[in-house]
Amino acid sequence: MTDYSFIGKEIPRPDAPDKAAGKALYISDLVKPGMLYGKIKYSEHAHAKIKHIDTSKAEKLPGVRAVITGYNTPEIRIGFMKDNFALKKDKVRQFRDEVAAVAATDPEIAQEAVDLIKIEYEELPGVFTPEDALKEGAPLVHEVDPGGRPRKDNLIQLPWKWTEGDVEGAKQESAFIVEDHYQTQRVQQTCMGTAGCIAEFDLQSNLIIYSKTQIPYLAQNDFNQALVAMGLKGKSTRVIVPYLGGSFGTGLDTHGYEYITILLAYRTGRPVKILLSRAEEFSNLSPRQPSKTHIIQGCDKEGRLTFREVNMLLDNGAYTSWGATTPTVMLMPISTLYQVPNFFYNAKIVYTNNTYCQAMRGYGNPQATWAIESNMDQLAEKAGIDALDFRMINRNLPNTESFGFKITTCGLEDCIQSVGEKLKWREKRGKQKNKARGVGMASLFHTGGGCRIYRSDGTGIIMKLDDFGNVSVATGGIEMGQGFNSALAIATAESLGVTPDKVSVVFGDTATCPWDVGTHASRGAYTSCNAAIMAAEKAREKIFNLASEHFMSRVKSVLVKKKKKDPDFQMPDFDFESPRDPSEFELKENTVFLREEPDNPLLRISLGEFLRTAHFRNQGTMIVTEAFYDPNNGMLDPKTGKGNLSATYTWGAQGAEVEVDLETGEIKILNFVSANDVGKVINKQTLMGQFYGAAVMGFGYALSEEYKTDKGRNMNPNFLDYKIFSASDLDFPLHVELIETNDKEGPFGAKGVGEPGLVPTAPAIGNAIYDAIGVRIKSLPITPEKILAALKEKGKR
Amino acid sequence: MKKVIQFTLNGNEVSAELESHKMLLEVLRDTFEMTGTKEGCGQGECGTCTVIIDGVSIKSCLYPVFEVEGKSVTTIEGLVGEGGKLHPIQEAFVEKGGIQCGFCSPGMILSAKALLDETWTPSDNEIKRAISGNLCRCTGYVQIIDSIRDAATRLSNQDPK
Repeated sequence: MTDYSFIGKEIPRPDAPDKAAGKALYISDLVKPGMLYGKIKYSEHAHAKIKHIDTSKAEKLPGVRAVITGYNTPEIRIGFMKDNFALKKDKVRQFRDEVAAVAATDPEIAQEAVDLIKIEYEELPGVFTPEDALKEGAPLVHEVDPGGRPRKDNLIQLPWKWTEGDVEGAKQESAFIVEDHYQTQRVQQTCMGTAGCIAEFDLQSNLIIYSKTQIPYLAQNDFNQALVAMGLKGKSTRVIVPYLGGSFGTGLDTHGYEYITILLAYRTGRPVKILLSRAEEFSNLSPRQPSKTHIIQGCDKEGRLTFREVNMLLDNGAYTSWGATTPTVMLMPISTLYQVPNFFYNAKIVYTNNTYCQAMRGYGNPQATWAIESNMDQLAEKAGIDALDFRMINRNLPNTESFGFKITTCGLEDCIQSVGEKLKWREKRGKQKNKARGVGMASLFHTGGGCRIYRSDGTGIIMKLDDFGNVSVATGGIEMGQGFNSALAIATAESLGVTPDKVSVVFGDTATCPWDVGTHASRGAYTSCNAAIMAAEKAREKIFNLASEHFMSRVKSVLVKKKKKDPDFQMPDFDFESPRDPSEFELKENTVFLREEPDNPLLRISLGEFLRTAHFRNQGTMIVTEAFYDPNNGMLDPKTGKGNLSATYTWGAQGAEVEVDLETGEIKILNFVSANDVGKVINKQTLMGQFYGAAVMGFGYALSEEYKTDKGRNMNPNFLDYKIFSASDLDFPLHVELIETNDKEGPFGAKGVGEPGLVPTAPAIGNAIYDAIGVRIKSLPITPEKILAALKEKGKR
Repeated sequence: MKKVIQFTLNGNEVSAELESHKMLLEVLRDTFEMTGTKEGCGQGECGTCTVIIDGVSIKSCLYPVFEVEGKSVTTIEGLVGEGGKLHPIQEAFVEKGGIQCGFCSPGMILSAKALLDETWTPSDNEIKRAISGNLCRCTGYVQIIDSIRDAATRLSNQDPK
């Protein structure tokens, strides 16, 4: 075991004091001199032709500085497949479509002006389920594709079909086969800080935008394209990211409101801010995709999985975001959670007139794992094998490969066993039906070493040491609450040889911070800490090269001064003249010293003092290093569909003990365990925080959260009707177990863990409910109404 | 309608001419430029705008500013002592991991303060009840509850009754 100074300890995060004091600034807090406030006029229909827009009354309202529509602004195409527009012309395809916008001197005037805009529509029939959207003759959400070619149907052309081995052959040879249908609902990320941005232009027409994003550099590219569309080719964008107030995937795409703010700022020549209200955040940002999954799995007599066949229907909504690519992550558990020799996976993703969907923490994995892990219990039951034993029989193993995913370390076995112990599985499974109590579990497989969904999975670090021994680490990653800044400070301190309090993490400005592909896929700490280790190594090399020339002369001048002050001081017999080799030096706890005499106080110089000598001399130097870390992983090969998406993978298992009230259908969690292969703990405090938070988000997904729509309209855009867990709902123990597997690709052995803690939560609870009362709820959320209906149904049979 | 409203804000007597339809949250943020009090929903559902008025935790987004006349308001800024010294509750949130994105933290800390002004020995259920109107999407509440428990210990150690 390596002996670390800081890795693995519980260290408060660096941004916590400002946040505790209310000093941290979010987009809602930022104000620029002369700033105008923008508001958006959204569609009043799910699907309609725009016949006429009358902005005359709005324009006359005192305080209004600009009213824009798709007809008086350049066309800006947005979205993953460029099928969306910043402002819609001719047609609206969802209720949240942006049709017009206003900039005014205060938000109330802007809202009043928006209300004065009158739009005449001709309503069109809409499609609100993927099944209806795929029917012959269904109304087309998009008549043409982004290239202008006529579309025949609402199916989005994406190559989401994968297969390995011989599924049909395996079906013939399987001893047991189960088949079922599972559904998941739309859920909203519900960041506590709502989204917004401020856009302004400098005198040269370069854009500066303060925005709540996870992808400042990809956003920079998107906004540069918008500038081209606006006739500002060659102008640049600077993206500045304040504290986010949570993000959970909302910041993975650029949004209509950002482009509208840019258009308003350019039109008015003033800074313009658009801040979404809570109702807008619900109705006008993109939720997690709902899914419908048909799953068939088989096993042999011994319980070894023989095949898995998954057909999935995804309601994309009206436009594509990066959320349309979630099947690439769903592929991971479908092909690889447990050893499955043969599999088939096809996802159809369909345009509808519902709100368009986006990524959310877990990126498709929760939808897939809900079906897989619920169905695993069904197969175990059919095979007559205990559900924990069944998972152990099929568990993944280290140093194996599955459908191109190179499994290096794998703590799944320990996670499953840990859940079993904490839940007292052997005592309780199937033995508490008289009390309507049960235990259940589910596992997870997710990216832990970045995820190459773009050509690059890289991240940059600039490490800058000042002459007081402080270290600024500029990262392209974004701190949105997850605590990667803390991991990065600790990794920097450990690898450089300073204490964490000397390290400041600087993020969120494309003008000063190095490039990064985006903070997503649980990659923030994993990639940035690896980059920090590389940059720290370079900094140490520079420091020790400097030391080889100047360390002893610096020691000498200190001792000479000492002698002057204290004539009794005996000058030690050091060799001040011979050059020293850089390898003779070490840097630890902010001090440079000779390795051979680590404890000699006369041969130690504080890093700050030493670096001052680097600056203040002829032909001086400074210690600034950079590193770009791009993980050892690969994209999916377009021909084979295979690729090692992540340099390492996370594993986990979760277990629940529940009790069901047979009269009311109410579900009470009695105990919950989340056991996770984290590679290596960097900061125990922030790491635990990720798993606690994810599990509770998972409880909401399992039991209470549902983004309800009626013919495309969001019916519950508030926290009274959209129920996330509150502290008083947490009336049971929540155990988080951390299992270290020390992955060689990870920084100090660590894996990325931002997302996985909510992936198997719902099926763990669903499986426990089945153990308790013998009914299986197949659509999320599992509500008392569904339980009672299922009990009634069961009673009939 | 405009009216001059006087009240005590973090120990200081303040007054401002304010419009009757304004809520306290807006006045704190815009008139007094104290942005530590956050707006998460504007409808009294999330608790990020929690302040303490005469000892009681209140959602300031639904509190008409005319009602605050003559009362004493404590915001998150008011908990920070001289030289930026954090209040023991704030220190506990920092030390125990009670803060992630930080947007709910000011309101959460003030709800905790309203509780700990009443008792230094709260049960876990009392803690959960005290913050049940403060939503948090990041932490899962576990380390927030730990923080408040720790804050209670800090307060009782600091000033034993």
